[in-house]
Amino acid sequence: MYEPSDKASWLREVYSRRPLREDVTFTTISGREVDPLYTPEDLPGFDYQAELGYPGRYPFTRGIHPTMYRGRLWTMRQFAGYGTAEDTNRRYKFLLERGQTGLSVAFDMPTIMGRDSDDPLSEGEVGRCGVAIDSLLDMEILFDGIPLKDITTSMTINGPAAVLLAFYLCVGEKQGASWRELGGTIQNDILKEYIAQKSWIFPPRPSMRVITDIMAFCSREVPRWNTISISGYHIREAGSTAVQELAFTLADGFAYVEAGIAAGMDVDEFAPRLSFFFNAHMDFFEEIAKFRAARRLWARYMREKYGAKDPRSWTMRFHTQTAGCSLTAQQPENNIVRTAIEALAAVLGGTQSLHTNSMDETLALPTEKAVKIALRTQQVIAYESGVTNVIDPLGGSYYVEYLTRRMEEEAEEYFRRIEELGGVLAAIEQGFFQREIADAAYRYQKELEEGRRVVVGVNRFRDPDEALEIEILRIDPEVERRQVERLARLRAGRSRTEVERRLEELKEGARGDSNLMPLIINCARAYCTEGEIIGALKEVFGTYREPIVF
Amino acid sequence: MDRRHRILIAKPGLDGHDRGAKVVARGLAEAGYEVIYTGLHQTAEQIVEAAIQEDVDAVGLSILSGAHMTYFPKVLRLLRERGAGDVMVFGGGIIPREDAERLKKMGVAEVFGPGTPISEIIAFLKERLG
Repeated sequence: MYEPSDKASWLREVYSRRPLREDVTFTTISGREVDPLYTPEDLPGFDYQAELGYPGRYPFTRGIHPTMYRGRLWTMRQFAGYGTAEDTNRRYKFLLERGQTGLSVAFDMPTIMGRDSDDPLSEGEVGRCGVAIDSLLDMEILFDGIPLKDITTSMTINGPAAVLLAFYLCVGEKQGASWRELGGTIQNDILKEYIAQKSWIFPPRPSMRVITDIMAFCSREVPRWNTISISGYHIREAGSTAVQELAFTLADGFAYVEAGIAAGMDVDEFAPRLSFFFNAHMDFFEEIAKFRAARRLWARYMREKYGAKDPRSWTMRFHTQTAGCSLTAQQPENNIVRTAIEALAAVLGGTQSLHTNSMDETLALPTEKAVKIALRTQQVIAYESGVTNVIDPLGGSYYVEYLTRRMEEEAEEYFRRIEELGGVLAAIEQGFFQREIADAAYRYQKELEEGRRVVVGVNRFRDPDEALEIEILRIDPEVERRQVERLARLRAGRSRTEVERRLEELKEGARGDSNLMPLIINCARAYCTEGEIIGALKEVFGTYREPIVF
Repeated sequence: MDRRHRILIAKPGLDGHDRGAKVVARGLAEAGYEVIYTGLHQTAEQIVEAAIQEDVDAVGLSILSGAHMTYFPKVLRLLRERGAGDVMVFGGGIIPREDAERLKKMGVAEVFGPGTPISEIIAFLKERLG
C-alpha cells in the first residue's frame, strides 16, 4: 500500500487516481476553488499566539470575550415591523413573551427614505415592508408598554438615522429613562447604501458629516449607543462574494474611522461604539472563516494603522442575519433547514447577536408561526446542540485556518485597490463596488442557469406540481389610509410656529458646522415629522443620483 | 428578428433592491435584446414616459417592497392613457401568487417569482414578442 509522504504525493498518487463526481463543481458559493484536503502544509509558518491567541485577547480571532457563550449567549434579535406602530408593538410583545432578548425595528420604505406617509412617492408603500413611522407620536405607540431602559433596540435606518434616533431618545425621556441608560444600535451606514442597498438621501459627503455628528453626540450623551452598524449584509444580498463582503465592509469601517479622526475626535472616543453586521450564507466553512478573518483584520488595523489604544476599539462586535437571498420560493419549508445551517455558521463564527430568517420571506413578510420557528431554530442551537460549550471549536482546523488566512489576504488586496481609486467615496462615485457586485451576482446566476450550482427545489429535485400550502401575512390595505389620517391630525394639532422655528434652526445649523443632533431632537420634541426634518436638510445638502451600472 | 426588440427594465417607487432587475437586464442584453434600465426610484409617470420615449416593446417592473398592487395597475393605466396600451407589461419580485393572479387579470402579461431562470423570461419574451 502506497503511503503518501506529503500532500502533493497524496494528490498525485492517491486522490487523482480515483473517479470523482462529475455533476458538480468543487467551489464555494463565492466561486472559490478549494482543495480536496488541507494539511499542516497549507499553513506554512503558522504562529498560534500571533494569528489566533486566546479569546478576548488580541487579535481576537477566536472571539471577543474570554468566556464567549459560556458567559453569555448571543442576543436573539428578530428583525420585525409591519403596518402601523400598533401592529408592530403587538409583534414585539409576542416575540419578547417567547424569549426574544432584544428588539430590531424594520421600517417601511417611506420611513427608510425620509418621506412621510402622505408624500406622493409613498403611495402603496406605507407599512408594507416595515412599520410606518412619521413622527415622535408613532414612536411613542411603537414602544408603548416596553420599558426602553430594560431592553436594547436595533433600528435598521440609514439616511434618516439621526431623526429616528432622536425620536427614540425622546420616547426614552418620556418613559423616565435617562439617555445614558438607553442602549441600542442605529444602522447609520450610509456608505453601503451607495454600494449596495440603495436607500440614500443626501450626497455622500454631507451624509458623512451627519454621521460624524451622531458619533460625537453619542460619545458624550448616549454612551451605550452603537452609532454605526457597518454592514456587509446588504453587500452580500446584492450578490457579492464572501471576500467582497468582508473587504468592502471593513473598508467602509476604516472610512468612518478616518472621518471621525478628521472631524477632530480621538479614535478611542468613538471606535468602541462601532459595531458590524454580517450575512451568514450557505457555504458553511467559508462563512466561519470570514467572521474570524474580519475580527483579526479589524483588530490589526485599529491598533497598528489607526493607533487605537483602548482594546474595545480593537474588538469587532457583530450582528449576523442569515442570508435572505439563499431562501427559495419553491418548497419554502426547506428554508428552515437552510437557515439552521447558516445560523450555526454564525454561532461557530462567534456572533454577538443573530436574526434567523423565516421560511416564507421570499413570498411576503413572515407570519407569526414562521417567525416562531426561526426563533426556535436559534434556541435549539443554543440549548441543544452543545456547540456553545467550547470557544471557537473550529480553530486549528487546517481548512478553516487556511481560509481565514486567504480571506484576510484577499481583503487586503481589495483595500489596496480601493486606496488606488482614491478611497471609498471616490470608488463609490466611480461605480467600482457596484460593478464588482453586479459581476459577481451575474456570475452566480449563470452558474445556476447552467446547472453548475445546485439549489434544491429550484434547479434540482423540483416538485413539478408543487402547490403553495403555507399561510401568508397580508398587510391590511387600510393601514395606509389610517396612517395618513393620523398624520393629518398630528399636523393640525401642533404649534405651527414652533415647528417652523425648529426647522429654521436646523437649516441654519446645517449650513454652518453645529452638531445637528440637538437641533434634530428639538424638532422631534416639537412633533416635526420625519419628512419635514429630512426635507429641511435636503434644502441644504441636496440629493443624490447614482451612476447606473448593470 | 429583423429589429431587435426593446425592453425597459424599471424600478418603481422607493424600493432599492436592484439585484434582480440588474441581473435580468444583463441577461436579456446578452440574449440580444436592446435593454434600457431606468435606475432606481422611478414614479409610474417617469416609467411610462421612458417607455414611450424609448419606443419599447415591453416594460419589466421589479418590485420587492410590497407596492406591486399600486404600481402595476398605475403603469398599465398610464400606458393606455398615453395611447401605448400595446406595450407589454411584465414583472417580478416578492409578489404573493394570489396577487400575481389578480395582476394578470388586470393585464400584466406575466409575473416571475424568485428563483425564475433568465432562460424562462427569454423564452416568454420570444413567444410573446416573436
